[in-house]
Amino acid sequence: MSVKVYIPCDAASLSVGADAVADAIAAKGGDDVTIIRNGSRGMLWLEPLVELETPEGRVAYGPVSASDVDDLFASGFLKGASHALGHGLTESIPYLAKQERLTFARVGVIDCLNLDDYAAHGGLVGLKKALDMSPEDIVEEVLQSGLRGRGGAGFPTGIKWKTALAQTKTQKYICANADEGDSGTFADRMLMEGDPFCLIEGMIIGGRAIGADTGYIYIRSEYPHAIKTMRRAVNIMEDAGWLGTNIKGSDTDFNLIIRVGAGAYICGEESSMLESIEGKRGQVKVKPPIPAISGLFGKPTIVNNVLTLGSVPFILAEGAKTYADYGQGRSMGTQPFQLAGDIARGGLVEKAFGVTLNELVNDFGGGTRSGRPIKAVQAGGPLGGYIGPNDFDVAMGYESLSEAGSMIGHGGIVVYNDSISLMDMARYAMEFCELESCGKCTPCRVGSVRGKETLDKIKAGEDVSANIQVLDDLCDLMEDASLCAMGGLTPMPVRSAMKLAPEEFSGPLKEAAE
Amino acid sequence: MALLIEKDFGTPAVKSDETVTLEIDGHAVSVPKGTSIMRAAAEAGIPIPKLCATDSLDAFGSCRLCVCKVDGKRGTPASCTTPAEEGMSVTTQDAQLAKIRKGVMELYISDHPLDCLTCSDNGDCELQDMAGAVGLREVRYGYDGANHNDAPTDDSNPYFSFDESKCIVCSRCVRACDEVQGTLALTVEGRGFNSKISASMGEKFMNSECVSCGACVQACPTATLQEKSVIEHGVPDRTVLTTCAYCGVGCSFKAELKGDQVIRMVPYKDGKANHGHSCVKGRFAFGYATHKDRITVPMIREKITDPWQEVSFDEAYKFAADRLKAAQAKYGVKSIGGITSSRCTNEEVWLVQRLIRQGFGNNNVDTCARVCHSPTGYGLKQTFGESAGTQNFDSVMEADCIMVIGSNPTDAHPVFGSQMKRRLRQGAKLIVADPRAIDLVKSPHIKADYHLPLRPGTNVALINGLAYVAAKEGLIDEEFVKERCDLESYKEWKATILDEVNNPQNVSEITGVPAEDVIGAARMFATQTNSAIYYGLGVTEHSQGSTMVMGMANLAMATGNIGRPGVGVNPMRGQNNVQGSCDMGSFPHELSGYRPVGDDAARGLFEAKWGRELDPVPGYRIPNMFDEAIGGNYKGMYIQGEDVAQSDPNIQHVEAALRALDILIVQDLFLNETARFAHVFLPGTSFLEKDGTFINAERRINRVRPVMKPATGKHEWEVTQDLGKALGIDMGFKDASEILDEIAELTPQFANVSFKVLDDAGSLQWPVNDDSPEGAEVMHVGEFTRGKGQFVPTEYQPTTERANRKFPLLLTTGRILSQYNVGAQTRRTENNQWWEEDVLEIHPSDAQAQGINDGQWVSLKSRKGEITLRAKHSDRMQPGVVYTTFHHPDTGANVVTTDNVDWATSCPEYKVTAVAVAPANHKSDWQQNYEAELDAYRQIAPEPAE
Repeated sequence: MSVKVYIPCDAASLSVGADAVADAIAAKGGDDVTIIRNGSRGMLWLEPLVELETPEGRVAYGPVSASDVDDLFASGFLKGASHALGHGLTESIPYLAKQERLTFARVGVIDCLNLDDYAAHGGLVGLKKALDMSPEDIVEEVLQSGLRGRGGAGFPTGIKWKTALAQTKTQKYICANADEGDSGTFADRMLMEGDPFCLIEGMIIGGRAIGADTGYIYIRSEYPHAIKTMRRAVNIMEDAGWLGTNIKGSDTDFNLIIRVGAGAYICGEESSMLESIEGKRGQVKVKPPIPAISGLFGKPTIVNNVLTLGSVPFILAEGAKTYADYGQGRSMGTQPFQLAGDIARGGLVEKAFGVTLNELVNDFGGGTRSGRPIKAVQAGGPLGGYIGPNDFDVAMGYESLSEAGSMIGHGGIVVYNDSISLMDMARYAMEFCELESCGKCTPCRVGSVRGKETLDKIKAGEDVSANIQVLDDLCDLMEDASLCAMGGLTPMPVRSAMKLAPEEFSGPLKEAAE
Repeated sequence: MALLIEKDFGTPAVKSDETVTLEIDGHAVSVPKGTSIMRAAAEAGIPIPKLCATDSLDAFGSCRLCVCKVDGKRGTPASCTTPAEEGMSVTTQDAQLAKIRKGVMELYISDHPLDCLTCSDNGDCELQDMAGAVGLREVRYGYDGANHNDAPTDDSNPYFSFDESKCIVCSRCVRACDEVQGTLALTVEGRGFNSKISASMGEKFMNSECVSCGACVQACPTATLQEKSVIEHGVPDRTVLTTCAYCGVGCSFKAELKGDQVIRMVPYKDGKANHGHSCVKGRFAFGYATHKDRITVPMIREKITDPWQEVSFDEAYKFAADRLKAAQAKYGVKSIGGITSSRCTNEEVWLVQRLIRQGFGNNNVDTCARVCHSPTGYGLKQTFGESAGTQNFDSVMEADCIMVIGSNPTDAHPVFGSQMKRRLRQGAKLIVADPRAIDLVKSPHIKADYHLPLRPGTNVALINGLAYVAAKEGLIDEEFVKERCDLESYKEWKATILDEVNNPQNVSEITGVPAEDVIGAARMFATQTNSAIYYGLGVTEHSQGSTMVMGMANLAMATGNIGRPGVGVNPMRGQNNVQGSCDMGSFPHELSGYRPVGDDAARGLFEAKWGRELDPVPGYRIPNMFDEAIGGNYKGMYIQGEDVAQSDPNIQHVEAALRALDILIVQDLFLNETARFAHVFLPGTSFLEKDGTFINAERRINRVRPVMKPATGKHEWEVTQDLGKALGIDMGFKDASEILDEIAELTPQFANVSFKVLDDAGSLQWPVNDDSPEGAEVMHVGEFTRGKGQFVPTEYQPTTERANRKFPLLLTTGRILSQYNVGAQTRRTENNQWWEEDVLEIHPSDAQAQGINDGQWVSLKSRKGEITLRAKHSDRMQPGVVYTTFHHPDTGANVVTTDNVDWATSCPEYKVTAVAVAPANHKSDWQQNYEAELDAYRQIAPEPAE
C-alpha cells in the first residue's frame, strides 16, 4: 500500500523548489508513494514543507530540498520516522496549532483541485444550505456574521449585499477582487491556490444572495499559478454541475469568468477593477453611483475581496453566530494576517480580531530573521502606517488600528529592522503613489511627484521647516481631495514615519544643530 | 455683437419629473432630481471653481477644484459628481475649501509652462481663470521639479494643434471624443504623472482615427488643443450666430471674428439641431469663402469658347435679359427656365422661382432636390399628407429601434450621426439596410443588430418583405391603424403585402439578404416600443424611389410608429436647405407649401400679390429641360448655386444640353463645371455673407446671419431682383426680411414666421402658424396632416439597369465625411488632405477576378460612359457591388451614371449602374477631353471689355 505524501503546489513553495522535491520523491518512492499537491500550510520558512500521512496524522518535514530526499528515505521517512528536518505532527506545530483557521481551514490540508476532498473537509455545506435559503435569508446571515470587507475598507459585507439585492435590474454581477497588490500580502493567492473551490462556493452563494447569474474573478497577472488553478477549478465545478444553469436542480444560475489584470496596482481599487473588466483603462470612477447600484456594465455589482468571499461558505455552513463569536468589538470573525519582511517565521496566521501586533510579530513571527531590533512594522500594505515597537500591544482590529495611525488593510504586516530609514520609506510611499496612481485626480497624479521632491529637499536640508510645512499641506490636500484611497492614504505612511522618527525629517545634522 | 460667452453649468442638464430643493450658501435652489450640486449652484448664480467639468460632458471628478461641504456628510465631496438632494445644505466657500483649491492649483501650475502672456489661449484659458479665482500667488514647489514643459507639439492636423506641454490631463478631450462625437479616437496613455493624451495608439492626430470634428478642441480648457487660426491671429473679439451651410443637419454656429475676419466657427450650445456639436466641415472648412478661386464680379461672353469679360452688374443684367427675351421671342415663352439651389437661403430661392413664374411667365423652375429627395416629397405627401420628415432630431434619443436605410449618417450627417450613436450606446437596437458595411454596422461600441446588405435596386422588395413578416406574424398595430389610418387603403395594402411574392424566402432571392435576417429585423422593428426609420438617398435615388418612400411610410403606419417622439419616417436631407428649397415652391408643378400650380385658389393668391396672371400648367423638370434643350426648343437657363454638369447623371447628356443653350446664366461662388457652358456669370455669396433662413432635415427654420459684407457688393437675392428689373418686373424688396414676410403671407406652413419671430425663438420647426404657433417638433400627432394615413400598395419592379456579362458589377455612389457633394467648397479647404481623389471601392474577390491590385488605375465603364480612377480594395463592399464618390470633377463619376429615373418624380437612379471594371493605364476619353478643354472654358480676359 502506498503512502500519501503531500507536497505543496503553492507558488511560495514552488519558488523554493517544491516541484524538484516532488519529482525526487516520486522517483525515489515509486509505487510506494502517492503524491498529493496541496496548498501551503502558511509556514513559509518551512517550505517546501513535505507531509506524510500516518495513522496518527500528518507528519511534517521542512524545508526539504531535492538533495535531502535520499537522506529522508534512508532514515525511514515513509514510516514517519524522525529526521533533522522533521517537525512531528503538522497540526501540533505551535504556529499552526495556535491559529483559528476558519477561512483557511482547508488550505494546505486538501488536494487543492479534488472536489471530493473538498467536500470531505466541509466544502459545499454552506452552498447546499444556501440553495435552500431565500436570498434575503442569505443576506441576513452574512449581515449577522459581522463580516466586513477584507480588502481593506472594512465595509460591512451584508449591507453591500443587501443594497445589491434591493436593485430591481435583472442583470447583476458579483466580482471577486483578486488583484492582491499590497506589498507583503499573499493570503488571496494562498487561498486560490490551496482551496480554489472555497472562493467559487462563496461567489455562488453571493450570486444567489443578490440575484447575480455571472461572476468575475479579477486576478493579477503576477499570479500565474493562481490563475491556472482557478481556471481548472472553474472547469471542475462546471463539469460537476456546481456552475451553470439550475445548479443542482435549484433555480440558481451562475457562471464564472476569470479575468487577468495587466499589472496596475490601481486595478485593486474596485471601480478601476470594474473598468478593467469592461476592457477599459484602469481608472478610478467617482461615486455615486456605488457599484452595488450601478457597477459592471452599468449593472448592480458586488465587488468583494477573495478573503471576504472565502469566509462566506463557513458562515453559511456554521452559522453567523459561530463566526461572529470570534473577534472583538465591530471587528468580528477572523483575519488571515500575513507576516513578511525581516521576520524569522514569515507566513500566514489566521486569528480572531483582537490578537495583538506583538503576538503576531514576536510570538508567531519570532522577531526579525536578521536578529536586529525591530524599528517598525508597516501594517495594511504600502498605504498603511508605520507602528513602532512601543505600540505593539495594539489589538488588531479595524477601529483599534485606525486609532493607532495605521490600518488593518488586507492584513499584511511587514517588519523592518533598525537599518531602515523611515525618511526613505516616506519618500518611497510618495514614489509608490507616483508609480501606481491612475493619473485621474490632481492631488494624486501631481501631488505624489511633488511629495517625493519635497522629501528630497528636506533630506538635503533645503528650507527644512518651510518644506515640512509644504509637505504637511500637501498631505492634507491628498487626504481631503484625492478621488480614491490611493492618493487619500498615501500620507498615512508618510505622516506615521514623520511621527515615529522626527529626527530623520529635520535635514542634515548641521542644520538640526542650528 | 461682442464675443458671446456661453455659460457653462459644469454638468449636463437633467430631465426629471421630480424636483429637489436644497440650500447652497444659504440660497434655496430647486433643480430636477439628479442634478449635480455644481449645476444647481451655477443655476443659482453661484460659480464653483472647476476645470475638468463642462456641461457637455458627464461629470468626471478629476480636478478636485469643485470640492464643497454638505452638512451631515463626511469630507469634501466634489460638487460635480455629487447629486443635489432634497433638504441638503451645501457650503461652497470656506477656509478649508479655499485651501484645497489653492493647493490643487498650486499642483497644476507646478507642471505648466509660465508663458501666459505669449500663449494662444491668453484671455480664453480656464486654467488661467482658476488660478485667478483661487488667488494663487506662489508655487511653493518651485518649477524645477519633474514637468512636461518639453513635451512635443503635434501639428499634423491642418486645423488645430496639440501642444502636450500645456495639457492638464483633465480628459475633457477624451470624454468629448467618447461622449459627444462617439469616435473614441482619444485615450489617456500611461498612468500617474506619465498620463498623456494619445490619439489612437500614440499616433499623430492626422494618422489616427480622429475625424477632426473639433469636439476635443472645444472641450479643452487650456491651449493644448487649439485652432491654428487662433494661434495665428489671436482670440476673436465678436460673435455672429448663424447656421452651417453644409449638410441637412443645420448646425448652429458662433462665427467668431476679429473685424471682418472669421477666426473660427464654434458650434452653438443652444443650437437645437446640434446642441454644441460640429463636424470637420462646419467647424473648420469655411476657408473656401475667401479662396482665391472666388469670382466676385459679373462676367459675360458671346460664345462659350470666348474668354470671359468682366463687366458691371448692369451690363450683365442687360446682356442676360436681352438673350432671354430673344430666346422667348424666337422659341416661345416656355423656352427658358431655371433651377433654384438647395444651397441658397429660402429668400434667395423664393426670388428665383418668383422671377421664373412672374418674369419668365412659365413654371420652368425646378430645384436640385429633383435629383435627391423629390421622392420624399412625393411619397410622404401621398401617405401622410406632408412632404417633410416627421420628427425632430432629438426624437432619436427616445427611439428603441433605429432602422437606417440607404443613409450613412456618420459620413453624410455627422452631427446627427453622433447623436444617433449616443442613443445606440444607450442600448437602442439598430438595423442597417445598405449594400455597404457603413461605419454604423460596426464601429467602437456600436454594432448593428442586423445588417441587411441588399443588392442595389432591391429596396422595395426588402421593405415589402419586412412588412410581410409584420403582417403575417400579427405584429401590426391594429389599434393605431384603425384609429389613425384610412381602412380601405389599409385592407388593400395588407392584401397585396401578404402576397407570397413578398415572403422572406422570395425577398431573400431578390435582395441577397438572408431570409432569417429579414424575419429577425422585421420582428425587431415591429415589436420595439418606439421604432424609427432614418433614410437617405439610398432610398430615393432609384427608379422606384417614391415607391420605397411610401413602402417605409406604410410600414411605419402599420406598426404604429408615427405621431410621437422616438418614431417616425425621417429623410436625411443632403444639403443645408433641401427642405426649404422644396418648401419655397421650386417645383414646376407646385407653388410654395406644395400646392399644385393648377390650384386656382392658391395660384390666385400669388397672382394677386404679384400682379400678373401665372401659368396654370406645370413646367419642365430638370431632365425635361435637358431633353428639350437637346431637342432644340429650350434655349435659356438661369442656374443658381447648382453644378448640374458635375452632379447630374449621365454628364455627357447634360453637357450636350448645356452646349445647346443660347443663354446660360450661372450664379455661383466659383467658375464651376456648369459655368464652362455659361454666357453670363453672376457672382454669388457664401453663407458667411447671406442674410436669411435655411430649413434643415427636421423642418427647422434657422437664421443665417451675415458675418461679413458680400464680397460681391450685393446680396445674392438683390442680383436676382435686379435681373428681374432688367426683364421688366420690380419685386421691390428692400431687405431679406421682407422676402420672408412675403413667403409667410403666401405659404400656410410659414404664416407666422418672420426674422423677428425666429430671432426671438432661436429656431422653429414648421408649420408655424395660428394652429401651431410654436412650431411642431413631431408631426402627425393625433391626426395626419391629410387626415387619415393613406396606405399605398408598393409592388416591387426591378430596375431596367441590370448587370450582365458585359457589365457584371453594380456601381453605387455616395459621399464621405471630409468632402461635401461636388466638392466645390471642401476641395478649396484643407479637407482635401483627407480625400484627395475619388476612388473605386471594390471587394477583394471582385478585384482579384479582374486582376486589380489595391491602388491601381482602373477603367469604370457603363452603358453611358467611361472614366478612369484608382481602385481601393474594401471589405465594406459586397461582392458584385462597387462604390465611388463624386467629389472631384475630373473623376467624372456621373459620366457613368444613367438616365434612369424614379417613375413618379424623375429623380435619377444614381444608386444603380451596371458597370465593367478593368485595369487601365490611361485616363478615359471623357477625362482627357475635359482636361484639354478646361482652361479654355475658364479663360478670363485680362481687361474688362471696353
